[in-house]
Amino acid sequence: MNASQQRPNSLRTLPDEQGHFGQFGGRYVAETLMPLILDLEREYRAAKADPAFATEFDDLLEHFVGRPSPLYYAERLTAHFRELAPAGKGPKIYFKREELNHTGAHKINNCIGQILLAIRMGKTRIIAETGAGQHGVATATVAARFGLPCVIFMGAKDVERQKPNVFRMRLLGAEVQPVTSGAETLKDAMNEAMRDWVANVHDTFYIIGTAAGPHPYPELVRDFQSVIGTETRAQMLKAEGRLPDMLVAAVGGGSNAIGLFHPFLDDPDVAMTGIEAAGHGIDSGQHAASLRGGAPGILHGNKTYLLQDEDGQITEAHSISAGLDYPGIGPEHSWLHESGRVNYVPITDQEALTAFQLCCRLEGIIPALESAHALAALPDLTASMDEDKLLVVNVSGRGDKDIFTVADALGFDL
Amino acid sequence: MSRLAAAFAKGHPALVCFITAGDGDTAANLDALVAGGADVIELGMPFTDPMADGPAIQAANLRALGAGTRTADVLRIATDFRARHADIPLVLMGYANPMTVRGPEWFADACAQAGIDGVICVDIPPEEDAALGPALRDAGIAPIRLATPTSDAARLGTILEGSRGFLYYVSVAGITGMQQAALGSIEDAVARLKGATDLPVAVGFGVRTPEQAAAIARVADGVVVGSALVELAGTKGADAPALIRELTTALADAVHNARKVAA
Repeated sequence: MNASQQRPNSLRTLPDEQGHFGQFGGRYVAETLMPLILDLEREYRAAKADPAFATEFDDLLEHFVGRPSPLYYAERLTAHFRELAPAGKGPKIYFKREELNHTGAHKINNCIGQILLAIRMGKTRIIAETGAGQHGVATATVAARFGLPCVIFMGAKDVERQKPNVFRMRLLGAEVQPVTSGAETLKDAMNEAMRDWVANVHDTFYIIGTAAGPHPYPELVRDFQSVIGTETRAQMLKAEGRLPDMLVAAVGGGSNAIGLFHPFLDDPDVAMTGIEAAGHGIDSGQHAASLRGGAPGILHGNKTYLLQDEDGQITEAHSISAGLDYPGIGPEHSWLHESGRVNYVPITDQEALTAFQLCCRLEGIIPALESAHALAALPDLTASMDEDKLLVVNVSGRGDKDIFTVADALGFDL
Repeated sequence: MSRLAAAFAKGHPALVCFITAGDGDTAANLDALVAGGADVIELGMPFTDPMADGPAIQAANLRALGAGTRTADVLRIATDFRARHADIPLVLMGYANPMTVRGPEWFADACAQAGIDGVICVDIPPEEDAALGPALRDAGIAPIRLATPTSDAARLGTILEGSRGFLYYVSVAGITGMQQAALGSIEDAVARLKGATDLPVAVGFGVRTPEQAAAIARVADGVVVGSALVELAGTKGADAPALIRELTTALADAVHNARKVAA
């Protein structure tokens, strides 16, 4: 069966009842977790149908997170690319300012939603995995806000690389558990979080940080993050009187991207570009581009594109951006890729660094390295889009956390 | 009668022993298990991300992969084992991605050719059975499922649908090799499982000593021992086969005679 035969009338109705997006997604977990996953799904359906849940979620997003985040016209960046583009080319560039959220990234939207679910389910202990520490900080933040004990699993290498975020989590009262198995990075932190969860299903809620993992996580993370796209839609209609022509977002697991894209999936005139981290280049083998450089497989509870060898062993990802440094991708992105609705493009470390600096100097905004990957697609995209077109980049996070990495890459000694 | 059915029909509880393929001299370790009296052997198929395993088996997975073990090697180990031991059932245990990467039919066929009797895939629950189950059953390989303390009556029905070989009761909600459940809770659980199925029920997770194994054998059809054997395979070098044989002999003696002792 090919992708077009599977495509429903609306692109926004998936996953199906079994949690599948076409062949992707699903619930590939140990039997111990199945009752909990089924419980979570029931509780999520009940929460979705409960207006009080939405009211509390919206209220926290407004007063605790600081939403709505602005849709900002990046005037100087627009002018810059118009100068480089052929005559008549160079669309108007807008930024969706997720980096202005409390804790500095889009991650908090999802954490608010999941901790409200945890409380509904009567769970009294929170766990999460983190790579760069952004999701860990966001989880520690909501755990502090709601007074729940919280353990964050983080690869020992990342603990070493991301000391400021480790200290932030500890200030917020979280226990940071360094993970020494495997390559000691995000993938291993996720393995360890799942091991903890299996052993503590009775009282523990696992706040997964991206739109991946077993069903219903990809769906509920997407729904919580869809506030990004829903706001963008209203803000663009207000600013320009019409929908945007192009949406651009970086994709690691892909929660900021699916949050921006999903409310627009059924608008055929809105094109979408997802940016994968190409590290040192796809041909180098050192990258994190699961769609471009991987194949479908099963890991961490879902079927999706993965970096793997011919035996199905998972291979290490590489990206300068710790938030993109993961060998998989959310299952809905795998499906959007195969269905052709979203175009996925690889961007290297070097291209991201260049875009990072350009954004700092032209717009006075230090973007996260993840977001810098999305910005790095602008030279190509703007060259072929007409001046009267509208383009939105999701600036998913701020770059303060990345200054040491960037300084190191640029040869500065801080 | 299938090799698996026969192993559970010997008139005494079965000892099920696990080691990881490619971790140490696997052929010698497998022979030691047989010589020691193991009734069923579970052969771990190494994976980079063994999410349901504790430190001992995680380390074994990484040692095996670090030593260059490939899927072809695992299948060769099984084929050679079958050539040496015609009657001992061999079950492959591992994770979904290495098992399905070339397609479920390829894997089921390879297992059949290697003389493998059953497959335990940790991260394919009944809901995702289509990913591997039909191919295995068509090839005459038993998909062996896990039941846990979190499996209620309704869930148990779902688990048993399509299950073959035996039912593996994971006595603690957790990862392999950690603490052992209270015996009373195991006895109740096994009684509940036996009320729902004719399949033999083997109990594992956290069983390390002959004493623990004997206590479980009094109430279950089989006892699974993994981490304690895997630790020997991984840390004792050339002495591993002898030590594995010694431990297996003690375990088999305890398990096979558990009910006589009790009576």
